[in-house]
Amino acid sequence: MSVQTEFEHSKQGALSHRPHGKKKRKRPTLLQEIKKNKAAYLFLMPKLLFFTVFMLIPILWSFVLSFQEFGVFETTWVGFKNYVDVFESPLFRTSLWNTFLYTVVTVPAFVITALIIATMIHPLGKLSQSFFRSAFYLPTVTSMVIIAMVWRWMYNYRFGLFNYVLGWFGIESIDWLNQTATALPALMIMSILIPPGAGIIIYLAAMNNISPTLYEAAKIDGASPFQRWWRITVPLIKPTTLYLVILSTIGSFQVFTQIIMMTGGGPGNATETIVHVIYKTAFRDFNFGLASAQSVILFFIIMIFAIFQYRWFRTEN
Amino acid sequence: MKLKLSSLSKPLIYMILLVMALVSILPLYWVFVTALQLPAYQNEEMERPVSYVESTPPKLYPVGITEYMSQWQKKRAALSAGESEKAQFHQEKMTEVREKTFESFVTLFERTEILRWLFNSLYIALLGTFLLVLLDTMAGYVLAKKKFPGRMLIFWVIISTMMIPEQVTLVPTFIMVQKLELFNTHWALILPNLALAFGVFLMRQFLLSIPDELIEAAKIDGASEWKIFYTIIIPLAKPAMAVLSIFTFVLIWNAFLWPIIVINDTELLTLPAGLKTLQDANLASFKLLMTGATIAAIPMIIFFLMFQKYFVRGLTLGGVKE
Repeated sequence: MSVQTEFEHSKQGALSHRPHGKKKRKRPTLLQEIKKNKAAYLFLMPKLLFFTVFMLIPILWSFVLSFQEFGVFETTWVGFKNYVDVFESPLFRTSLWNTFLYTVVTVPAFVITALIIATMIHPLGKLSQSFFRSAFYLPTVTSMVIIAMVWRWMYNYRFGLFNYVLGWFGIESIDWLNQTATALPALMIMSILIPPGAGIIIYLAAMNNISPTLYEAAKIDGASPFQRWWRITVPLIKPTTLYLVILSTIGSFQVFTQIIMMTGGGPGNATETIVHVIYKTAFRDFNFGLASAQSVILFFIIMIFAIFQYRWFRTEN
Repeated sequence: MKLKLSSLSKPLIYMILLVMALVSILPLYWVFVTALQLPAYQNEEMERPVSYVESTPPKLYPVGITEYMSQWQKKRAALSAGESEKAQFHQEKMTEVREKTFESFVTLFERTEILRWLFNSLYIALLGTFLLVLLDTMAGYVLAKKKFPGRMLIFWVIISTMMIPEQVTLVPTFIMVQKLELFNTHWALILPNLALAFGVFLMRQFLLSIPDELIEAAKIDGASEWKIFYTIIIPLAKPAMAVLSIFTFVLIWNAFLWPIIVINDTELLTLPAGLKTLQDANLASFKLLMTGATIAAIPMIIFFLMFQKYFVRGLTLGGVKE
């Protein structure tokens, strides 16, 4: 929406510069325009400088690097060799699969939990709303490093909380993070049980924007609370759902801190994820070309997922 | 029937939400409790001292302290001495408990660089936030209020980088930092953040709503561009600057991947990266780790409680259609 108005805005801006009316003056040349707006460029310069050095050049360089073998003394052009290597590497394929599984399980859980909790908070008074909003968001402001440290302990074989609770039901202790079968599920459980604070806040704001008259009208028509939720709330907050799905997918594809703090990718390669592999390739093996190819692939995967999700949510209605 | 259901469901919803909120805060609470646990406690019935960190079920309150206090209170009651001796005994034990409770804090401050990490994190986050908010407000103002060749192009190029995952720029930025001889310095942690795009977008969107007349009027009065910026734009942009500041601060404070890549010296690390080295070194017990985690978590929690409404505003800015 804002994009469109902006476009019009700029069109008008361009029009107003055009000479018209009785006094016909020459249209200012580009150089004159630039000179006239010297101050504007000066204000932009510091940002543009850092943006160019630490964002624009690195992005382009990353694509170039992915076709190169980066050495200490010389850098050679190797074409698609890095990409071939990436796809032939069983480690990368495993990490791709793990990241994909992790995303498929945790993203719906994130969005659905946020929706359910927001639905429960929404009918409450203003004070309760802000209380619960804060209570659910608070754990997410602390560093993932801290969260991962506690969770590693909760998964401890001998004195972790999880095995203790399992003991109530007579289930034998599980060595959560050190077994191939349970390590990745343990990380998924952790991600599901951490409250989706941001999602709840965003959903609540969207729900508060829905006009109450809609609900009243539905009530008069005899709709049950569930029907009102399913037929009014859920469809009207669909753009928010789309936003959350795309955002959490991007986040989930970049899962890293939990991995390095809790499992280091192991046991075996059971919890290797794409970013952890990129990290190891670049900063343990110093294979910059290969790491760049991996990150370019990650970029395309995220893009394809985002486009796919966008299409899917749009065409559904 | 219907009425009954709704009057019943409200307390029920409160209950469910409260339980869920408690569960979500539990891990953090557990970190704090563990940090305050006495290291080990010798009970009369037990053969060896029991470490509370390793006990099952996990202790959810500082049980070491309570057990210890009840134990010496019994002893004091049994003491067949005068009042002044009893009082002295009480004093001694209180000091002992206090010392033992904060033992791990003292150990951490003495044996690790944690105070240094705390300071590093604080000043890197403060300086980084200040610079980024300044640059973004300047750029956002110009992109919102000035008409000059190339502005839409610049705007769209900056915005389009928001969709690119940070890992893509990781390796080239690393090489860049080495070439600029910033490796293993704090500038390597501060400067690359100044390239981030979201602040420009946020400031520009916010400043679009400021009426042009204000700026024109100041121009007619002969104010310089810089004066217009700091006497008109900055005061008006404060709400957006506040939102941007807190998000930037949290982002830089919690940054993890980049600090462990570009910082080599332990004393230059930030708090999250420092905690990782503690865990890696394996010399720290769980209790010591949790003490470190407590020291790292508390500033962020205070920060959040102070600026709650800005967090909410910032989150809803992007997510909800107006």
